Amino acid sequence: MQDLVSFLNSQLQTVFGLSETLFPYVAAAMVLAIAFGFTVFAAVYAGVFIFFERRIAGRIMSRIGPNRVGPQGLLQFIADAVKLIFKEDIIPTSADRPLFKLAPYLMFIGVVAGFAVLPFSHRVIAADLNVGLLYVLAITSITVVGVLMSGWASNSKWALFGGMRSAAQLVSYEIPSGLALLPAVLLSGSLSTQEIIMAQAGSPEHALTAGGWPWNWYIFHSPMMFVCFVIFFIAQLAEGARLPFDLPEGESELVSGYNTEYSGFRFGAYFTAEFANTWIAGALCVIVFFGGWQIPGAAVPSAEAIAASGATWTWFGYSIEYAGWGAFWLEALSFLFFIVKMAGVVFIIIQLRWTVPRVRIDQMMTICWKYLLPLTFACLFLILGWMIVLPWESTAALVVRIVMALAGAVLLALYAWRVRYNIHSAGDKVYPHWII
Amino acid sequence: MVVVDYFRDIKRSLLSTVEGMAVTMSWVFREPMTIQYPYRKRDPKTSVGGPDTLPERYRGFLEVDIDICSACLACLRACPIECIAIDVAKIPPPADDPEGKPVRAITRFDIDLAKCMYCGLCSEPCPTGAIRHTQHFEGAMTSIEHLVARFVVPGKPVVPFKVTKGETPQTVPKGSIIERLVVKKPWDLPPIEFPK
Repeated sequence: MQDLVSFLNSQLQTVFGLSETLFPYVAAAMVLAIAFGFTVFAAVYAGVFIFFERRIAGRIMSRIGPNRVGPQGLLQFIADAVKLIFKEDIIPTSADRPLFKLAPYLMFIGVVAGFAVLPFSHRVIAADLNVGLLYVLAITSITVVGVLMSGWASNSKWALFGGMRSAAQLVSYEIPSGLALLPAVLLSGSLSTQEIIMAQAGSPEHALTAGGWPWNWYIFHSPMMFVCFVIFFIAQLAEGARLPFDLPEGESELVSGYNTEYSGFRFGAYFTAEFANTWIAGALCVIVFFGGWQIPGAAVPSAEAIAASGATWTWFGYSIEYAGWGAFWLEALSFLFFIVKMAGVVFIIIQLRWTVPRVRIDQMMTICWKYLLPLTFACLFLILGWMIVLPWESTAALVVRIVMALAGAVLLALYAWRVRYNIHSAGDKVYPHWII
Repeated sequence: MVVVDYFRDIKRSLLSTVEGMAVTMSWVFREPMTIQYPYRKRDPKTSVGGPDTLPERYRGFLEVDIDICSACLACLRACPIECIAIDVAKIPPPADDPEGKPVRAITRFDIDLAKCMYCGLCSEPCPTGAIRHTQHFEGAMTSIEHLVARFVVPGKPVVPFKVTKGETPQTVPKGSIIERLVVKKPWDLPPIEFPK
């Protein structure tokens, strides 16, 4: 796999005849440009996410949601951001000024830096590190420092409580979240995000086994893998401080938690980082458990074949040259599949916020240490045994995966039936209009 | 049975969460209760609080059936806050009787519904029942001057109704006049430009 920096560099060298001596400067400039791009992307994504969250929250509460600013209220987040920027930047007199000023940016860095190893499509990834998963788990932990720092520097009881809770929560939930990712690492034999996605494929000979069909996703590898996904999802909710684990904020107990004393742009940075974190949570779920950007039926050529020119994809018997418009459409399609799966996961994250109430702090610790952690260990060892009995390539394993995928579809259908039952039992009709 | 309890807890929490998600998901697919007022309104005939469901003696917007108004000015004198303005003037005789005397006519009958306090004192002394309260009450407007109901079209004076003792004059259905003059107006009409 090539990443953006080396790809652009090779293009610059071959097309524009860039000399070798200039490379470090050009690379530094490109890294800065990509970092800036991710910052903007994270902010815009957070805004769009807030819009969708508010609209979905509205519908769940039988309201309409924001629909006044711009078409359908889509520009509401820009109005919110402008309002935040024009607010006075208050620093409390008794606050620790340097730490107080630094904390929001640490939080923001922790989130935005995580984007570096998350692939958007087959080739669009800032850096395909061979320790990708480890990197993203480690770098997102910087947010703990930011949260704790803001809690301490604010010199406020509520902020300190929020920071302490957040530190306890984030450190605890790192463990089940990391352990739930481990089976996928074992299955693919790599920590690189791209390698994990590429490993979620069957035999490339036949269109029904190649590429990202549901029966090639790791979530349907075995029942334990499904449990692992649920554990990872819960742990990600806790790490992103999303409900039911938003104890660090806990509006009903602490005023607003660790960001109580912040206003203006600094508060906006917290806000953005928190919502941009859902992208990391959703993308990690999709990459590790839902086959990432893999296009169903498309056999991706090997990394060596792509590095050499003239690599072709095969899709339902057609072969598509990975060059020019063919390459563009393949990338666009793989991005589309990625984003659709992402949207599904993010929708559940939003929906859970309006479904389950906040847990108490002792309950939160109980869930982590007494339930998630033993279960992940059990799953890990069971999957190890499963991998010996049913290797990934074997036909029996494929049959088991197809049965698992069908069971997943049945569960989804049961859920849909339950939703329908809830609507009709109240005497209501399905009202599929979301544009008001 | 600690182990059984442990797994029962897990099963219960997961099933109740999924059941809760089925409930919240079902609301995503239902029609929101909120109506984008004043772009959309409830059906006045059936919805609770709609004009047609209000009691007969509800004191909503005032309206005047100018065809049965006798220009006695009783309402004008009864109004404690002077939101009613009536002008009566002599106008030239009608075209079919050029020899006749000038006629007494109502040239202006305005009620400022923004000032009106809905006390009902004007409708009590009215001898013909021309001024009366309706069931309409929705007066959201972007400019307040659109709430002035003009029952006499400017430039078209109306000859007063002759009252006959013991006879109840025929009138149009209650509410139809104010509906045309105020209620059916678009709520976001531009403000009226007054001559300087």
